[in-house]
Amino acid sequence: MTDQDLKSRLQNWIPKLVLSPSLALTLVFVYGFILFTVYLSFTNSRMLPNTDFVGFANYERLWGLRAWWVAIKNLAVFSSLYIVICIGIGLMLAIFLDQKIRGEGMLRPIYLYPMALSFIVTGTAWKWFLDPGIGLENTMHMWGWESFEFRWIKDRNYAIYTVVLAAVWQTSGFVMAMFLAGLRGIDNEILKAAQIDGASNWNLYRRIVIPLLRPAFLSAFVILSHLAVKSYDLVIALTGGGPGRATELPATFMYSYTFTRNQMGTGAASAVIMLMTIAAIMTPYLYSELKEKR
Amino acid sequence: MSAAAQENAVKTGRVYRVLIYLVLLLFALFYLLPLFVMLTNSVKPLDEITGGNMLALPQKWTIEPWFKAWSTAQIGVEPTGLRPYFINSLLMVVPAVAITTVLGALNGYVLTKWRFRGDTILFGLMLFSCFIPFQIVLIPMAAVLGKLGLAGSIPGLILVHVVYGVGFSTLYYRNYYAAFPTELVRAAMIDGAGFFRIFWRILLPVSGPITVVSVIWLFTNIWNDFLFGSSFGGTSQPVTVALNNLVQSSQGVKEYNVHFAAAIFAALPTLLVYIVAGRYFVRGLMAGSVKG
Repeated sequence: MTDQDLKSRLQNWIPKLVLSPSLALTLVFVYGFILFTVYLSFTNSRMLPNTDFVGFANYERLWGLRAWWVAIKNLAVFSSLYIVICIGIGLMLAIFLDQKIRGEGMLRPIYLYPMALSFIVTGTAWKWFLDPGIGLENTMHMWGWESFEFRWIKDRNYAIYTVVLAAVWQTSGFVMAMFLAGLRGIDNEILKAAQIDGASNWNLYRRIVIPLLRPAFLSAFVILSHLAVKSYDLVIALTGGGPGRATELPATFMYSYTFTRNQMGTGAASAVIMLMTIAAIMTPYLYSELKEKR
Repeated sequence: MSAAAQENAVKTGRVYRVLIYLVLLLFALFYLLPLFVMLTNSVKPLDEITGGNMLALPQKWTIEPWFKAWSTAQIGVEPTGLRPYFINSLLMVVPAVAITTVLGALNGYVLTKWRFRGDTILFGLMLFSCFIPFQIVLIPMAAVLGKLGLAGSIPGLILVHVVYGVGFSTLYYRNYYAAFPTELVRAAMIDGAGFFRIFWRILLPVSGPITVVSVIWLFTNIWNDFLFGSSFGGTSQPVTVALNNLVQSSQGVKEYNVHFAAAIFAALPTLLVYIVAGRYFVRGLMAGSVKG
C-alpha cells in the first residue's frame, strides 16, 4: 500500500469520524434514553428504576387516574385554543403589517420580543398581572370601577385560560413573523392580475393569498402543537398546576408522578404517551421536508 | 428585500387604514404591557405596589429592589440574591453554546459536502431529537449524570444542553452550507486540499451569518431553560430556577418589587441579545421551524 492510498483512505474516514461524536451522543442520550424510558414504563419502578416487568399495568393505571384525565383534557383545551388563537392573531397582524404600514420597523420587534423571554419570566409577569389583589382587578378598582371582577387565575374552571393567554402573548408574534415572511414571498403579479379581474380585497385574501400561505400554516401548526405538548415552565411559573389540579398538563403530571410521588413506572408511561403524540405530528412533517430536499 | 417587491397590490380605503393602525397599536400595547408592569413596579417602594395601582408610575423612585434582587434577596435558604445563579447560568451557557456551535458547523459540513449513503437518515434522527418532549429522557438522564459524577454540577448541565442542542445547530449549518456551491469544494479536493483545510479556508470564512443565528438561538434556548436546570441543577442552579424559587417562596412578606427586578435580571441577557441582533434571532426562529 502506497502512502497516497493510505492518505486517501484516511480522507474517506475523516468525515464519518467527525460526525460520529454527535451521532453517538444522539443515539445514546436520545434514542437509548427513549428505549430505557419505554422499558421503565413496563416495570413497577417506584422511587428508583427496577426490572419487575408488569406488562401494560402502568398504562392501565394511568388511564384510570383522574389526574391524568384532567391533564389530557387540559392539554386538549389549551393546545386547541393556543394554536387557533396564535394562528388567528399571527395571520391578522401579518396581513395588516403588509399594508405598507408606517412604523412597521417599530412594531415588528415589539410583537416579537416576548419570544426572547423565558417562560418563567413570562409566567411570573402574567401571574402578577392576573392576581386580583395587585393586578388588573385591583387597578380597575383604583380607577373607580368597583364592581370589576377578573379572578380567572383563582378559579378552577377558568385558570387554564390564563395559561392560554400568557402562551399566546409569548408566541403569537413569532407566528406573525412566519406569516409575514410567507406574504412577502408571494408574487405581486398574481395579486395584480386578480385585482384587474375585479376581485375584492376580501376575496383576494380568501381565495388567493391564504391558500398560497399553506406552507406557513403547516409550519405554524407543527411548531405550535409541539410547543403545546411540551409546555411545562409556563404552568409552573403561572399557576403551579393549580388551583388544585386545574391547570395540570401532561408535562407537569409526568414530573410530579416521577419525582415527587415516586411512581416512576406511571411517570414513564405518561412520558411515552407525550412522545407518541409529538412523533405523530413531527414524523410525517420531517419526512416530507427531508424528502423534498433531495 | 427591494421596495418593488414590498409594494402591495392591495389597496385599502381610509377608514380601513385607520382601523388597521388601531388594531396594530392595540396589539403593540398588549405585548408591551407585562414589560411595562415589570419595569415600573421594580422601581417602586413595596407599599406603593400593595396599596396602589399596578399601572401607575412610581411616586417615589427607588433602585433599592434592584440591589436587593441582585445581592441580598432570600433564595431558597440563602440570602444570596440572584448573583451566584446568574453566574452559574453564564458558566453554563458560554461553553455549551461554543461546543454545540462547533459540532453543528462540522456536522453541517459533512452532511452537505461529504455526503455518504444514509446521511439523510442520520440527519433525520438528529433533527427529530430537537422536538422530543424532554420528559422522555429525564429519568435515564438523572441516572446517567449520577453515574458520571456530574449530577448537580455545571459540567453536567453543559453536557445536557450540548446533547439536546446539537440537532438545531446541525440543522442551521446544514441548510446554510447546502446553498454553498459544491464545485468550489470539489475543485479544492482536486487540488489536494484535505477535509479540515477545505473547511477552514473555504467554508468557515463565509459562515459568519449562520454562526450569528446559531449562537443567538442556542444562547436564548439554554439561558431560558428551566426543566433541565431544576431537574439536574443541584447546587449549581441556573437563574431561571432561582427566579422561580424566589417568586414562589411562601415565607415572609412577598416583596413584589424585588420579584419584578429579579425577573428583569433573568430576562436581561436574552433581551439584550434580541435588541442587538433581533433580525438574526427571527431568522433563527424561522430556520428552526420552516425548513428541514
